[in-house]
Amino acid sequence: INTLVLGEHDGGFVKPSTLSAVTAASSISKDNSISILLGGSGSALEKAVSHAASFHPLISQVLVADSDILMHPLAETWADLVHLLQQKSGYSYIISASSSFGKNILPRSAAILDVSPITDIIQISEPHLFVRPIYAGNALCTVRYTGTDPCMMTIRSTSFPIPSIQADSNHDAAPISQVDLSIFNKEKSMKSRWLKLTSQETDRPELGNARVVVTGGRALKSADNFKLLEKLAEKLGAAVGATRAAVDAGFVPNDLQVGQTGKIVAPELYMAFGVSGAIQHLAGMRDSKVIVAVNKDPDAPIFQVADYGLVADLFEVIPELLEKIPQKK
Amino acid sequence: MMKILVAVKRVVDYAVKIRVKADKSAVETSNVKMSMNPFCEIALEEALRIREAGAASEVVAVSIGPAQCTETLRTALAMGADRAVHVDAGAAPVYPLSVAKILRAIVEEEKPGLLILGKQAIDDDCNQTGQMVAGLLRWPQGTFASKVVLDKEKQVATVEREVDGGLETISIDLPAVITTDLRLNQPRYATLPNIMKAKSKTIKKISPADLKVELRSDIEVVQVTEPPQRKAGAIVSSVDELIHRLKDEARVL
Repeated sequence: INTLVLGEHDGGFVKPSTLSAVTAASSISKDNSISILLGGSGSALEKAVSHAASFHPLISQVLVADSDILMHPLAETWADLVHLLQQKSGYSYIISASSSFGKNILPRSAAILDVSPITDIIQISEPHLFVRPIYAGNALCTVRYTGTDPCMMTIRSTSFPIPSIQADSNHDAAPISQVDLSIFNKEKSMKSRWLKLTSQETDRPELGNARVVVTGGRALKSADNFKLLEKLAEKLGAAVGATRAAVDAGFVPNDLQVGQTGKIVAPELYMAFGVSGAIQHLAGMRDSKVIVAVNKDPDAPIFQVADYGLVADLFEVIPELLEKIPQKK
Repeated sequence: MMKILVAVKRVVDYAVKIRVKADKSAVETSNVKMSMNPFCEIALEEALRIREAGAASEVVAVSIGPAQCTETLRTALAMGADRAVHVDAGAAPVYPLSVAKILRAIVEEEKPGLLILGKQAIDDDCNQTGQMVAGLLRWPQGTFASKVVLDKEKQVATVEREVDGGLETISIDLPAVITTDLRLNQPRYATLPNIMKAKSKTIKKISPADLKVELRSDIEVVQVTEPPQRKAGAIVSSVDELIHRLKDEARVL
């Protein structure tokens, strides 16, 4: 069997969520030839390609789609690229992380290939048997894929750890092959154009992949008070998250939202400050390894899922933590 | 002037605490409050606002599923949709690929300039249908939209999208598919006069066969189970104890 992983890269590195998709692909079968597709152009692409080629022996091949029109993740071009590759190589599986990139592109290509995609897989039980959360994780659904190849899916990256690199990591680099894009470059009139990406520039880790996440709820009361949380995050090397209530109150932008309608996170340590624990929020963080909750209200539902609860005023607790937690190097 | 087609799904109300059936076949939906999927309400609201701004002449709501979908469509009409189409697919679940094919067939009949859908339904959480219809129609797509600006003259939509790293802005030619994220707008409530008025609006009933769409599925639900429950842990008495236990017991600091 052979698998195509739709890769994302950033700053010259393959994104961790893509590497999780490689782990997922490898768990389908030991005998799986995994090709990772990287698109874009310039030195960032070049660097990411060499990162992918040398990263892990699980990766059998790196496919490079070098073109300016693939610099930005427009679904129309990417779905056509996937279609082209499928016609050429007849993959048994096409996988991507369920990032905004994967969720945008993979279902479109699946429709073009006339197969049903499967979203947000958290477990691969058999080659065509998968578990995925439904109702925001309030139920788990086991589904069997009974269609023709390719079986297309997006995986939840927090459920598939990044392949570990062995100490003797002097394996041969995977072969790199250029995708023939001649039909693409003569591209017909483009129906969609990428204009810009506005992002919060920050040195902190990305929310979806952070080892530690500190989250604030409406009890933080203001955008200014979130700065207190940011200080704590800096000290812990953590990402900052927020509840939907805090986002709706305008304290922080929506891309910090953790929950059913925001990001799904599963860090090693999740610290919730002034978070009540609405079902929709719990859906986004219930798989965290260690959960800490600080809330004035002893009856807050968040305490029912917390490993460590502290009934106290967050405005007293955060400064004390800032003072007492050892600085992360 | 252009027509806007909006797809609306009937789902278990978002406030209901769901229960898995004892035989693990599905989530219990009988005797449970059902409502329009919240993301679909946002899709409909956006279509209505575009019409009210003078950029569209008609908003048509479509729902695919059992007979009770007419209730959802009645809500859509009460919110302000001009007319509705119910594709009666019976009681069996219809998976996104079939939904997309049905919507494509309706698009070919109705020829709207925009098809707006919620980015996902809060029951199966698939987040696929909009992208799939767009793929089938070969229309451009603006998914997870938090802002839509139409240029009537140029027949172009500028769509701000909620992506992992922030907000992305793209420009797409009409006709196009847009799927809505939470931030796009605050849907209106249907007022009593409008609920009364909606009773005289038409809901056309058709079947997938009328549209020459064969319902088939390459996905089979094997079982639905409860997720593993997390146990409540310890209540600590001070910040010092918390730091100590995170360091020495949980070893995460």
